[in-house]
Amino acid sequence: MTDSDQAIQLIDITKTYPGVLANDDVNLSVGLGDIHAIVGENGAGKSTLMNILYGMQSPDSGTIKVRGVEDVFHSPKDAIAQGIGMVHQHFMLADNLTVLENIILGDEPTKGLALNYSFAKDKINTLAEQYGMPLDPDAMVEFLTIGQRQRVEIMKVLYRGATILILDEPTAVLVPQEVDDLFDSLKELQAEGVTIIFISHKLDEVLSVSDAITVMRGGKTVASVVPSDVTAHQLAELMVGSELPTPETSESTVTDIVELSVSGLTNYHSDGRIAVDNVSFEIHQGEIVGIAGVDGNGQSELVDTIMGVRDAAAGEVVLSGVDITTDGTKDRREDGIGIIPGDRHRQGLLLDSSLWENAMLGHQTQPPFEKHGFVDKKGAKRRTTDIVERFDVRTPNVDVPAAALSGGNQQKLIVGKEMMASPKVLIASHPTRGIDVGAQAAIWKELRDARAGGLAVLLISADLEELIGLSDTLLVMFDGAIAAELEPASVTPKTLGSHMTGVKVEEAS
Amino acid sequence: MKKLGLALLAPIVALAFAIGVAALALLAVGVNPGEAFGLMWDFGTTSTSIASIVNRAIPLYISAVAVAIGFQMKMFNIGVEGQYLVAALFAGWVGGSIAIWAPLHILVVIAVAVFVGALWAGIAGVLKVTRGVNEVVATIMLNFIGFSVVGYFLGNFFAVDSGALNQSTPLLPESGQIPGLNWIFTVFGFTEPKGTELQGFLIVAILIGIGYYVLVWKTRFGFDLRASGANPGAAKMSGVNPKKMIMYTMLLSGGVAGMVGLSTMFGKLHAYTQDFPRGLGFAGIAVALLGRNGAIGMALGALLFGFMERSALILDLNNIPKEVVQIIQGVVVLAVVIAYEVVDRWIKAREIKAANAATQAFRSDGEEVAA
Repeated sequence: MTDSDQAIQLIDITKTYPGVLANDDVNLSVGLGDIHAIVGENGAGKSTLMNILYGMQSPDSGTIKVRGVEDVFHSPKDAIAQGIGMVHQHFMLADNLTVLENIILGDEPTKGLALNYSFAKDKINTLAEQYGMPLDPDAMVEFLTIGQRQRVEIMKVLYRGATILILDEPTAVLVPQEVDDLFDSLKELQAEGVTIIFISHKLDEVLSVSDAITVMRGGKTVASVVPSDVTAHQLAELMVGSELPTPETSESTVTDIVELSVSGLTNYHSDGRIAVDNVSFEIHQGEIVGIAGVDGNGQSELVDTIMGVRDAAAGEVVLSGVDITTDGTKDRREDGIGIIPGDRHRQGLLLDSSLWENAMLGHQTQPPFEKHGFVDKKGAKRRTTDIVERFDVRTPNVDVPAAALSGGNQQKLIVGKEMMASPKVLIASHPTRGIDVGAQAAIWKELRDARAGGLAVLLISADLEELIGLSDTLLVMFDGAIAAELEPASVTPKTLGSHMTGVKVEEAS
Repeated sequence: MKKLGLALLAPIVALAFAIGVAALALLAVGVNPGEAFGLMWDFGTTSTSIASIVNRAIPLYISAVAVAIGFQMKMFNIGVEGQYLVAALFAGWVGGSIAIWAPLHILVVIAVAVFVGALWAGIAGVLKVTRGVNEVVATIMLNFIGFSVVGYFLGNFFAVDSGALNQSTPLLPESGQIPGLNWIFTVFGFTEPKGTELQGFLIVAILIGIGYYVLVWKTRFGFDLRASGANPGAAKMSGVNPKKMIMYTMLLSGGVAGMVGLSTMFGKLHAYTQDFPRGLGFAGIAVALLGRNGAIGMALGALLFGFMERSALILDLNNIPKEVVQIIQGVVVLAVVIAYEVVDRWIKAREIKAANAATQAFRSDGEEVAA
């Protein structure tokens, strides 16, 4: 293998963020004209690596070579100049513009002072024909399907002369038919000499379309393989790691009393794709049920549906024997469901409000926060002070706005306010995401103690140590459905990884 | 104390800036600014002027409160204008058509105004909740419809004399009028205003202000309202029903808006007339911005606007273009918005610094990383 065969070489790339080693001595070689897949769990460092390759971030150390020539990217502009283009997972298109306008946006051909539409149209039509990607340049983007929008995004990149294409989880938003279309397009692009790097979690897809696969885990590249040499199971095992943490050998506190029961829960995204697919499970008093799975497989939609923030299209939610499927969120809160939201900025905090007002949020109808319809400021502040002390929230006082706190301290405040409200059921979405090891251990202990006290917990996490260490029962979600129910003590990387990535498991485990 | 100083800093800077701009405008038309401002001050601080200023401030304040209720949840009720005109028409007609025990009579008129104002605003609320129609568009359109509705009903049904040059609903009988408050001046040893009666609706305006403050800052409803404005996702997760909240807010805002025209009706015109004061709804938006949605701040803003309108009269008499007052009004609103933003950022930066100091030992739990 010589340098000139290689479209991209990333050599010894290291990138740290405060407290996190996102890329640790990463090496990646992508052959010219290959379709190269990068697989790995959330947080494995894939996105960071791609951002570095696309010039959005610069590495702390390491070398980037494009077609054998060393290069330094200061911004995406430099990467684009080298023929590298990136299609993000979330499309960045203007709905009220046409396909053509979206494609030329930011790189408009001009004739004198006017836009040269006919030039752009000719160029797009030529590209569309050359790469076998039919597109109507005059269609309004708002009327396009998700698959067509993605094609516009790809065309946008090709229009700028890209011959090396980075696709970030391109199949995550597509329905199966669209996935097939996308893969046909990728093959066409490859036939025209385009190099494609694509990121995915879905191993069956990866094996069917790629020429080479790089597996990342914990910020490192752990393997580079060719599809013919590996099975999906081996790949899954590589992704999850060969060693899983062992669960704490503490006595089970699971009782016979079912606290929360979910059966047949189903609902859909606004575009008709299924979000939560016939999900059923039970949580007993004193039990922690963990949900493993790659982000975006319906976990947040499931949580929203249990909380009543999303409507269930079918199925029911039963709390302590009472059907609450049609109850509003406020009633569910008052009935004793606590929630640590996965996205604290979107669902958990009022950033400009004081800590005591944030502690109120979600409990504003109950003492000590409320009295006869009025805000009980004294009670709220007292409670908040208790939370700050018990959960070690680092803050000068409880009157500062939540925005003044670091992410970890914000998270501790949220965990604290939910735990101190003594719920019957706690839904904990990534409860220790972004916080330091010491605080993490403290929160884990709080969760175990509350479980021993009879709390029923639904734990959603991307942290396998947290999941296996805390859960009494482990469920895996994939594509909106419960793919498997596993025993935390005996789960193997192979089975867990296979279920998380949608690989068919032939042997019963 | 230090906090209060900070809070006052922004409006003072803004006002000074606005006066400076006005001075430049005056200089440009060849008038000595010192002389013009002197005239305004001397004229604006007589008893009669003060009564007039407060009278002008009352509807502006109520209008500002109506707008501010929407602002608390990041909704723009641009339709206060239409809401108060439609409400005043119906309140005037009902009030002029009955004669009952005075306190009850006044309450009935207020109740009709609140109901009609809430109803008119409620249409925009229903459209937003059921069809996702932006409330700005809906309320603006409802303004135009409201103007036509008022003209049609006044001309065809409610006017005492449909051929009159200035059509009017029947006059409120004695029992439906609120007596003036000029005696307050004598109680405090000032000369009594001449030719102007300090309107008794002032008391209701003050009650509205207190009610607004308590509702927004002291009640659970107010908390839900502010939370919905600050972060709709978090509010929803906390148990607030966003659709209900939109409806309540629109109804409340419209109900308050319905009372904007009542001070004039109870204290001066005693009817809804074709030349009923207009533009108070739009001016209320400026006052709400000026007062930053605060109960006291908006009162000060309304009084400032009242002062400027009143003192503009003297400029006219001295052949000084009174448009300079409009320049000050416009500039002061812009300057306040900017000044507050600057001061806010400064305060926030200090708070973050303080929190960082408290976190000093915890450098490792830095920002979250998207990887």
